[in-house]
Amino acid sequence: MTIIGMTGDEAVAHAAKQSKVDIVAAYPITPQTIIVERFSKYVADGEVHTGYVCVESEHSALSACIGSSLTGARVFTATSSQGLALMHEMMYIASGLRCPIVMGVANRALSAPINIHGDHSDMMGSRDSGWVQIYVENAQEAYDWTIQAFRIAEDKDVQLPVSVNLDGFIITHCMEGVDVLGGNVIAEFLKTRKPLFKLDPEKPVTVGALCFTDYYFEFKRQQVEAFSHVQGVLDRVAKEFKGVSGRSYSAIETYGMEDAEAAVLCLGSTAGTAREVAHTLRAQGKKVGIVKIWLYRPFPVDEVKAALKNVKALAVFDKSISFGAQYGAVCSDVVSALHTVDKRPRIFNVIFGLGGRDIKPSDIEHVFNEALETTKTGAVKQETLFLGVRE
Amino acid sequence: MAATVTEPGSSLKYKTGDWRAFKPMVDKEKCVNCLLCWIYCPDSAIIRQEKWVEINYDYCKGCGICAHECPKQAIKMEEEQK
Repeated sequence: MTIIGMTGDEAVAHAAKQSKVDIVAAYPITPQTIIVERFSKYVADGEVHTGYVCVESEHSALSACIGSSLTGARVFTATSSQGLALMHEMMYIASGLRCPIVMGVANRALSAPINIHGDHSDMMGSRDSGWVQIYVENAQEAYDWTIQAFRIAEDKDVQLPVSVNLDGFIITHCMEGVDVLGGNVIAEFLKTRKPLFKLDPEKPVTVGALCFTDYYFEFKRQQVEAFSHVQGVLDRVAKEFKGVSGRSYSAIETYGMEDAEAAVLCLGSTAGTAREVAHTLRAQGKKVGIVKIWLYRPFPVDEVKAALKNVKALAVFDKSISFGAQYGAVCSDVVSALHTVDKRPRIFNVIFGLGGRDIKPSDIEHVFNEALETTKTGAVKQETLFLGVRE
Repeated sequence: MAATVTEPGSSLKYKTGDWRAFKPMVDKEKCVNCLLCWIYCPDSAIIRQEKWVEINYDYCKGCGICAHECPKQAIKMEEEQK
């Protein structure tokens, strides 16, 4: 075991280095900057044999990644917020052309007003772009999931781009102890990418051919099929990863759900705070639990249903707003997942942390108490709770 | 997958002649074989013969550039009949 002090960004860069990526094309943006800064240092110091493409924008960064990925290369990039928004057009092309690119996304609020701090507005705005989405809780998970992401993306039954999302500043800039694996262990775990098709002057192929009313729909249906394979592949990859690291991953992680009557469902770093609060409340005899979503796209419907089957009240945390919708993105997904279940919990949505607004243990305790109250009254006091806002 | 075409030169298999609304007709008497139509045709659908040109109707989309460029008015565009 080798424990190194690293920020989340450094952990992602270190994982990309050990994953022996062939090409990195990226543009720096706070709070992702350290990822590409570290990686360019590896290149300058000769620690990696990666081609590093300096580009003038994120649109060009992802375009260069797509071109490189189509040659059969293992490709990594990273961005955040406005950079991700600028990539939006190319994100659909990366997934439509089935490029297994792995991208670190340092989640950050979107302008206006301009803000550099963490929330999930950036990736939630691109959630239908055909990218697999993983949200991590801390630097260790950022490291572990970046490595696993390459295996999932490059699997022959998947062939989709994967984003590894880490909360801006809370994870990207906080120094933690990260247990890193040996380079040869990762090389053995990942192996070399085996593309189904590649751009090759010796054996030419055409990519990005025009498809009108006659074929476009079928190619979109194929992407749906690829998404249906993700969870199975993830479970297989996670099992193998456990063998080399001792750490267990799957689509979701639960705490206290075996007997919880009131629960919180959330993504990312919030789960750490929520777990600590739940731990304290459980010690007081309160039946509370948490469900953390690691894999947000494809949404793990069956796992979420199973985890929530005995819960009476549920608070779903959203770190972004879906303007004009009844709920935030995550809450809409949970409500959809549960609508076919006869015995389902009373659900309310908690919108929190926008623009990096801090969420304190006392805030989460308040939500647990609201949920516990709902288990007694059977009624939800407020369908949407804006937690920590002044109004 | 991903609309990838795995074989080079396969556009020959995709005949575009049925896109045509107007059909170029060559008057062999008027044609002087200057080959301006052959140069201008965007679909390489002009076939060179010994003394005149012919049209490859499998790929001609009927754009009419050949008829427009012909200095001898040897190519007339006729409406396609259903």
